[in-house]
Amino acid sequence: MTRHIVARTSDIPPGGNKVFGVDGRDIVVFHVNGEFFALLNRCPHAGAPLEKAACVARLTSPEPGVYERSRVGELLRCAWHGWEFDMRNGQSWFDPKRVKIRSYPVSVESGEVLQKGPYVAETFPVHVEDSYVIIET
Amino acid sequence: MSDVIDRPILAEEAAAKSRLRIIDCDVHPSIHAHSDIEQFMPKRWQEHLRTYGSHLRTPYIGTTPYPRSSPLIARRDAWPPTGGPPGSDLDFMRKQHLDPLDIEYGILQVLDLFIFSQQNLEFGAAIQRAINDWQLAFWSDRDPRLKASILAGQDDTQLAIAEIERCAKIGRYVQINVCPRANEPLGRRRYWPIYARAQELGLPLGIHVGGYGGHAPTGGGWPSYYAEEHQSNAHTMAAQLTSLVLEGVPERFPNLKIIFIEGGFGWIPSATWRMDRHFEAFRSEVPHLKRRPSEYVKEHFWFTTQPIDEPDEGKHLRSLIEWVGVDRLLFSSDYPHWDFDDPRYAFRTPLTETERRKIFNGNARALYKL
Repeated sequence: MTRHIVARTSDIPPGGNKVFGVDGRDIVVFHVNGEFFALLNRCPHAGAPLEKAACVARLTSPEPGVYERSRVGELLRCAWHGWEFDMRNGQSWFDPKRVKIRSYPVSVESGEVLQKGPYVAETFPVHVEDSYVIIET
Repeated sequence: MSDVIDRPILAEEAAAKSRLRIIDCDVHPSIHAHSDIEQFMPKRWQEHLRTYGSHLRTPYIGTTPYPRSSPLIARRDAWPPTGGPPGSDLDFMRKQHLDPLDIEYGILQVLDLFIFSQQNLEFGAAIQRAINDWQLAFWSDRDPRLKASILAGQDDTQLAIAEIERCAKIGRYVQINVCPRANEPLGRRRYWPIYARAQELGLPLGIHVGGYGGHAPTGGGWPSYYAEEHQSNAHTMAAQLTSLVLEGVPERFPNLKIIFIEGGFGWIPSATWRMDRHFEAFRSEVPHLKRRPSEYVKEHFWFTTQPIDEPDEGKHLRSLIEWVGVDRLLFSSDYPHWDFDDPRYAFRTPLTETERRKIFNGNARALYKL
């Protein structure tokens, strides 16, 4: 288990995402409503880059004519074939057990905590006054 | 590389004796700006395009009958960084599609300007002429990998034949494309002069799904959902295959080659088995047929693979391929549309080296004389 500091929280705008090369993999980090989610940047269906996916809401219909939108912005809709996935755990919406994207634990830490280590920060010095996105692989 | 998807086909190909390059039989270029197309139109039709535009059998000008799955039915990552719609920027198409997938040839299929759906047949023909010129000037001339098709709407048969003659003289087109949803089923005799000319010229007939005819796209009527309409492409293809075979087109034009584009191929076995049964029962109704319908299908028709069927078990896809026949299939990607098939991952069943060479290259090379 290695913890990687990949960005300042301010580097990824709300509703946006950023791709990071971590341990030879492309991992995409999404920022939704103040939370961060990290997934392998590759759709398990046909390999499309997930950074181009649409961030959508979960739409359910308990009975005909009744619609409920929930978890706005927390679902991915793949850029190619429209397969939907839950950003929190990478599970697909239509077959959660069988089809999923690999997801990675993400945490947000303050620079102050990080300066005590241990972590891997290849790209930039850590400042006490900022907070950072950490991916575990 | 990935811990989710099987190793790409192309990695195996690289290790094979000779690299397998891909012929993609369905690539969609788009018009970047109306001015690009207007230079190929007489003033009279330029003004018509600006003043009246499309007149379709749909309720509102400039709309499609259904909302779509994504803007311009495109992959979300296919919008060129330089602006313009997906498929309108050759450099971006090279960078995103032709080069990384090692496409040896891409067969252009144009759907812009409701090309086969115009109710004003003369305006439709003017657009078709302009698009036929534009394909050469904007695509084939700039990238020799991209091969143009002669678009000829068949409901004004004389205009269609005039356009086929004009383009055939130029001699740089690989097929004649007609509308999949014309006013009558495609086997009807009113369209035979086109088939006769195609046979004489040695050009295959391409039929790409889509367009808005005056008929509901399914036998059940007008669908409620895009998912339902998308599925109806296969119904339309099945109806047209049946019409062409039973009306006797392959019997009458034994050297005509017909290609169904973007209808997939999962529906073919059932359609041909059923035609054969009916042929046995109702032979006296169609005495002009000399052989079983399935024999005509196996000798005169080809099918592009996308959108490929994805059964839960790979062996079922394997059976489908064997039933249809490896010789009948032509790989197609449908780039840049949302239901794009990636040649590395679309076939979720093992193929032998020989099968792969046929489907991804050899069949199309022979058919289009590339």
